[in-house]
Amino acid sequence: MADTAVQEPKKYTAKDFQSDQDVRWCPGCGDYSILAQTQRVFPDIGVEKKDIVWVSGIGCSSRFPYYMETFGLHGIHGRAPIIASGLKMARPDLSVWVATGDGDLLSIGGNHFIHACRRNIDIKVLLFNNQIYGLTKGQYSPTSEFGKITKSTPWGSIDHPFNPVALALGAECTFVARSLDRDPKHLQTIIRAAAEHTGTAFIEIYQNCNVFNDGAFFHLTEKGQKEENVVVLEHNKPLIFGANNDKGIRLDGFTPKIVSIENSEFSKDDLLVHDENKNDDVLAFILSRMTYDPDLPTPVGIFRKTYKPTYDTEMQKQINKAIEKRGEGDLDKLFNEGETWVVE
Amino acid sequence: METNKANQHKKTETIEEVVIHFAGDSGDGMQLTGSQFTTSSAIAGNDLNTFPDFPAEIRAPAGTTYGVSGFQIHFGSRKIHTPGDISDVLVAMNPAALRVNLKHLRDGGTIIVNNQGFTPKNLKLAGYDKNPLDDGSLSNYQIHKVDISKLTANALEDLNLGSKVVDRCKNFFALGLMYWMYNRPVEPTLSWIKDKFKNKPELIEANTRALKAGLHYGDITEIFTTRYEVRPAKLKPGTYRNITGNAALALGLVAAAQKSGLEMYLGAYPITPASDVLHELSRHKNFKVKTFQAEDEIAAISAAIGAAYGGALGVTATSGPGMALKMEAIGLAVMLELPLVIADIQRGGPSTGLPTKTEQADLFQAMFGRNSEAPLCVLAAATPSDCFTMAYEAVRVAIKYMTPVILLSDGYIANGSEPWNIPKASDLEKLDVTFHTDQENFLPYSRDKKTLARPWAIPGTSGLEHRVGGLEKQDKTGNINYEPENHQIMVNYRAEKIERIANDIPDAAVDGDKEGDLLIVGWGSTHGAITSAVERSRTKGKSVSHVHLRYLNPFPKNLGEILYNFKKILVPELNKGQLSSLLRSKYLVPAVGYNKVQGLPFKTAELENKIDELLRG
Repeated sequence: MADTAVQEPKKYTAKDFQSDQDVRWCPGCGDYSILAQTQRVFPDIGVEKKDIVWVSGIGCSSRFPYYMETFGLHGIHGRAPIIASGLKMARPDLSVWVATGDGDLLSIGGNHFIHACRRNIDIKVLLFNNQIYGLTKGQYSPTSEFGKITKSTPWGSIDHPFNPVALALGAECTFVARSLDRDPKHLQTIIRAAAEHTGTAFIEIYQNCNVFNDGAFFHLTEKGQKEENVVVLEHNKPLIFGANNDKGIRLDGFTPKIVSIENSEFSKDDLLVHDENKNDDVLAFILSRMTYDPDLPTPVGIFRKTYKPTYDTEMQKQINKAIEKRGEGDLDKLFNEGETWVVE
Repeated sequence: METNKANQHKKTETIEEVVIHFAGDSGDGMQLTGSQFTTSSAIAGNDLNTFPDFPAEIRAPAGTTYGVSGFQIHFGSRKIHTPGDISDVLVAMNPAALRVNLKHLRDGGTIIVNNQGFTPKNLKLAGYDKNPLDDGSLSNYQIHKVDISKLTANALEDLNLGSKVVDRCKNFFALGLMYWMYNRPVEPTLSWIKDKFKNKPELIEANTRALKAGLHYGDITEIFTTRYEVRPAKLKPGTYRNITGNAALALGLVAAAQKSGLEMYLGAYPITPASDVLHELSRHKNFKVKTFQAEDEIAAISAAIGAAYGGALGVTATSGPGMALKMEAIGLAVMLELPLVIADIQRGGPSTGLPTKTEQADLFQAMFGRNSEAPLCVLAAATPSDCFTMAYEAVRVAIKYMTPVILLSDGYIANGSEPWNIPKASDLEKLDVTFHTDQENFLPYSRDKKTLARPWAIPGTSGLEHRVGGLEKQDKTGNINYEPENHQIMVNYRAEKIERIANDIPDAAVDGDKEGDLLIVGWGSTHGAITSAVERSRTKGKSVSHVHLRYLNPFPKNLGEILYNFKKILVPELNKGQLSSLLRSKYLVPAVGYNKVQGLPFKTAELENKIDELLRG
């Protein structure tokens, strides 16, 4: 169906991925940065524009496909991961990406999200998490904090929020990462890593909604605050953070604790060393649980990157095997299966 | 009357048609017995029609009335349209099977019971205070008490099999007896047994012996004096097989995929009575059929839409409750103008309703179930083998008009079976699909002048990168557009595209005179019962014609003209009057509904009476 001739991918620039449509997000929205970083990274992922499809659901984030000069499908609320899955199953040759928000992916689309993760279908999911419903003008979302006061919760939300990273890990997602709209370099690195991964790749992107939830992540993104509140996960490196890089995370049993590594009994060697390829899940889960712990820094980076067979590849394998075993389908043979009789 | 070769003292009577109902406990193997009898009758050259009647419970407690599993076969030397209103013969393996099915046995009909099944415990479970075999309550029938369990055990005595294994062979004894009674060929079942138990020689021996014991019993025993001959029917020449509606529907889809060169992608979620479509299609991976068991009904269709966007033949199959869940996604497919086939194997509703019982009450849902103006093509299969033809047709329309098509079937024809005159693959209409490739002035929502279909421009095609979605689009470009005039244009396009399908479908055919006193308009699985009732009424000299609609949206172009040529119009439906309502609103004709919602198909006699009543009045 697709052009099958092997071609060197064309050399693109970020501009090549800008569509002719006016971007209609509110001025100052974090989505602009996510779009810009994606457009910056995409020339490097080694895939031709014609082979890239962006699929989205409903919400501010889901306008994303209109602004990417690739193929795009703006679907219905919550269904982006499964529309993308069907597309990827039918067309394993394509690079399929999902742009979605916290309401779209985790509320109405929660079921499709967890099932995409467990199937390990080779799609990339970018969650624009702003902890609020933007397009419907400011109701609390499944990632809003307990007690959040919004139009629909004037007395405070009594819903406990999802921890999207922990949810993805629990659903056996093979690539789970977190990044920030206001850290362009980091976000680019993570998008690039997701592109390189084979299997379901999930990136939670903390994204500022400057209209309905302004500053929700400023403690993680703004100078003077982020240094003490964010710990960047890097493969094979100890977890160090702090304005002076003088703090680290040490495991006390299964409990992560902050220790000082200057003028203290601990040194770098005592710190937890990140291993994103660990298959046993324990480390990734421990790290994910740091997210809502007020006493601990929030981890960003790749929590887990492991490999297992992808659904789309396995599906194609079965088809190939069936053809190998039984030969290409022959309609007349199929029609005449079982007991037949002839009427003269 | 003919003389029987095997046993001179038994007479053979030739009859035109018979209805036999096999009934027993869920575990008694009645479905197998019925399907074996069906194959044998087909090979004997009869026309036939069958219907299984199984409980919703997987393994209902043994001996209970709700655990009764039945299989009805109607076969004959003439054209057979239905599984039969009432049975001539009831084979009952226990009291519950007798109790449930006696009301469907004709007066004077034959009952063959397994005597050992009538234990005090089973009688009590079936709600009998006294044994009906002894209390004279069955005096209106020809009753034959046969020690089926005991005779089977005797035949298998020296095989040293466990009692459970022996008991499981008793259905083959009953089958053998019926083979004797109706002069059926035994060979197909013998070879089936050999194949089925090829790794278990003791079971081949056991079942073969049970079958032959039943056959010989008929010959030897004094209680059966007559056997019957049902001569071959005059069927159109060709190679035949017996096929259920669900199997035919699946094969129609595979065939259409092959003939169009598209790879088929089925997204489905298990649901009664549609699951067999998923099962059947999952077997055909060597036809490059991809089947996906999704996490829910919404996912099933959404994945199929994704696949269709990628250039596959997207299909989903479900029943009423699943349809309800899919509706938003169907609306998206209408908006995206992508080809998609949605098979709705209807069942009794609303809500979970009667999962294993039949109904035709999803027509309104198919027509109007979506928000706003979201027209699409609606087709309906009339018989089990017609499911093949209409599935093929659904694909043709979907790809030619770039539209979702809803194909309505129902539990009755989905599980029912009839002989299928097997087509040659080379005789099937070729289906042309052209993916758009031209980059010059590419407009995703430009339209074919004749069909109004938009181009199918799939990912992977250089220079055609574009975006589509559920938001209203600008005419031609497909860009988001909220302008009032544009919306009107697009709504009109989507409607007219569906209307134009009427130019591309066969005229409705009238069975009978083109004008007269009464026209019966039917759709879907009522075809057999209506056809039989009309035939009978005509032999009584009544002026009755029949139109059976397989195209429900749009209607065939000549339908109005047909309707206006009759004094009265009767629309029998297994719902509260959905087609009749559509006909009345579109053609302003005084169509009268005849509506039944009991989870059961129409009986021929019911329709015949209704025809009499209308023509009297």
